[in-house]
Amino acid sequence: MRRYLIRKIVIYALTFFLAVTVDWLIPRFMPGDPIRNMLTRVSVASNATAIQMMYDYYARLFGLDLPLWQQYLNFWKALFQGDLGISTYLFPTPVVDVLKRAVPYDVFLLVPAILLGWYTGNKFGAFAARSKRLDNFVLPLSYILTATPYMWLGILLAWFFGIVLGIFPIAGAYSFSLRPTLSLTFALDLLHHWFLPFASIFIIEFGGWAIGMRNMIIYELEAEYSRYLNALGSPKSLVRKYAFNNAILPQITGLALKLGVIVAGALVTEVVFSYPGIGYLLLAAIQNQDYFLIQGCFLFIILGVLIANFVIDLVYLVVDPRTRRGMVGESA
Amino acid sequence: MGLKVENLTVYYQTLRGDVRALEHASFQLADGEIMGLAGESGCGKPPLGHSLIVLFPPMKYIAGRVEVDGEEIPIWDAEGMNTYRFRKISLIPQYAMNAMNPIRKIGKMIGELLEARGVDYKDMLPELKRRLDLVSLPHEVLNMYPIELSGGMKQRMVMVISSLLNPSLLIADEITSALDVATQKAVAEMLVEFRERQFINNLIVITHDISILYQIADSILIMYAGVLAEKAPTKSIIESPRHPYTRLLISSLPEVGVRFAEKRLMGIPGNPPLLLNPPAGCRFRERCPLAYERCLEEPPFIEVDKDHFVACWKEYENHAQAR
Repeated sequence: MRRYLIRKIVIYALTFFLAVTVDWLIPRFMPGDPIRNMLTRVSVASNATAIQMMYDYYARLFGLDLPLWQQYLNFWKALFQGDLGISTYLFPTPVVDVLKRAVPYDVFLLVPAILLGWYTGNKFGAFAARSKRLDNFVLPLSYILTATPYMWLGILLAWFFGIVLGIFPIAGAYSFSLRPTLSLTFALDLLHHWFLPFASIFIIEFGGWAIGMRNMIIYELEAEYSRYLNALGSPKSLVRKYAFNNAILPQITGLALKLGVIVAGALVTEVVFSYPGIGYLLLAAIQNQDYFLIQGCFLFIILGVLIANFVIDLVYLVVDPRTRRGMVGESA
Repeated sequence: MGLKVENLTVYYQTLRGDVRALEHASFQLADGEIMGLAGESGCGKPPLGHSLIVLFPPMKYIAGRVEVDGEEIPIWDAEGMNTYRFRKISLIPQYAMNAMNPIRKIGKMIGELLEARGVDYKDMLPELKRRLDLVSLPHEVLNMYPIELSGGMKQRMVMVISSLLNPSLLIADEITSALDVATQKAVAEMLVEFRERQFINNLIVITHDISILYQIADSILIMYAGVLAEKAPTKSIIESPRHPYTRLLISSLPEVGVRFAEKRLMGIPGNPPLLLNPPAGCRFRERCPLAYERCLEEPPFIEVDKDHFVACWKEYENHAQAR
């Protein structure tokens, strides 16, 4: 058990190191220059020497005048001190603060959408597998849902509920007329803005999981342990329960694998609805070549995916005895 | 009382029409009789065995009745059969290696199954443990997952589960085919032991391995192309078979002490007919060395000697002359 966990942790640490290195490399390989970009945006001076002076000043400030290997070492050093640098796009706010502002929106949007979509999708898929008529109706619908691109569904929802019916706002996390406070008005406004982005992610997740579960259940109901239970006259409820317990295992793995994709999906959704989460921030950071903000956003995504996978590994230990057995076999 | 099957006819539904997998099967088992069910592949052994307990689509009930201990069993009623399954008729499946839920501890699975059938697991536990002793499985298996057991252990575990509620009829489907020869014998002897201890009354052993039947069966039923060919006490089938198919089948088995360099082992030329549209009359006609014009009619399955039933016109005529 201990050996298994240690091995897992080493693997995750290694993955983290490599992912973060790639994360550091990618913005630096982008064409363009963050400081010049920032100076052009604020257009402080027209004098060429003044601009050059300011450029040198900021390059030194951000440490971008150093050789690359030194920048890389400095980056790791700062990272361990919890310092992700200063955003050039939202200068002079530290990246950590920018992220801190965005993360609650992501958690608030993604966690319910992913988990609720997974849970209800699986339940519904298992339910649909029981009845032929429901299955015939649900299956094509689910295929359409899961094949729909996030942004297209998002745009469709925004158009229909936001423009045609006009019952939901289509941009922002809360009304521009409000300031974030701990009041009922603000909370309701927040929910009001949250609903469409949430629904667009939830619906697509729901469709995907429902199909997966339906297929798994049908497969498990044909499995030999199910046939044996039938031969011994066991009631349908027990056979279904066993089939569900077995069918949910690959769905748990699927959840872990899909988390990475979901973050990307959320990016599109956040852009469509101008929802101020990490995805929205990442787009702005890339457009403005903000090295530090890009790194920060990706770091958050990397951490999210790794932690989610680690949690799933632990969950698997509990729900699937075969993993435990494999684990003992390997350490023996 | 035993098992009584009358005129049982079961088809398989396929896209190209009904496959006539079992037709007009009638036979009886005496109290405590162990019957072997043998024949080539595709001759209707599983349809006969399975129709007695798991008659699910694509199998289709056509006609016939089945009695166990004098009580009629509604084999055509997939739901209603649940009352009889496990308690009255039980099955050791061919897939015993995968018959247990991989993510449940065996004891827990048995418990849930028993509770679902209205039997208290705690009351049953002492008997369950006695039976584990009988098949020499340690009691710890109840606390293990199926993957922690070897193939032979799983096979014995499934035997114990299937016979736990003392069914009157137990059907063992190809139970020895996945085992090595030493284990085969042990498993076969355990089944006889189950009968001796009256856990079960009748046992039908479906197999194509006649040597295992020779060790344990009281009688053997030979099937050919979906119909019964011959049923007789084991000794008669092996030593004095009457149906031409049985004779060829027995003669194609290797014998102890015979060197086959000198005497080439014979098979039966040809293949069984396809059952989608079987030929009229005797279905063995095409391959039978004795066939004559009367074989165009279907031969009746009659008792030519005590407990010796044959479906062959030659035997029918011999029998009629003798009388």
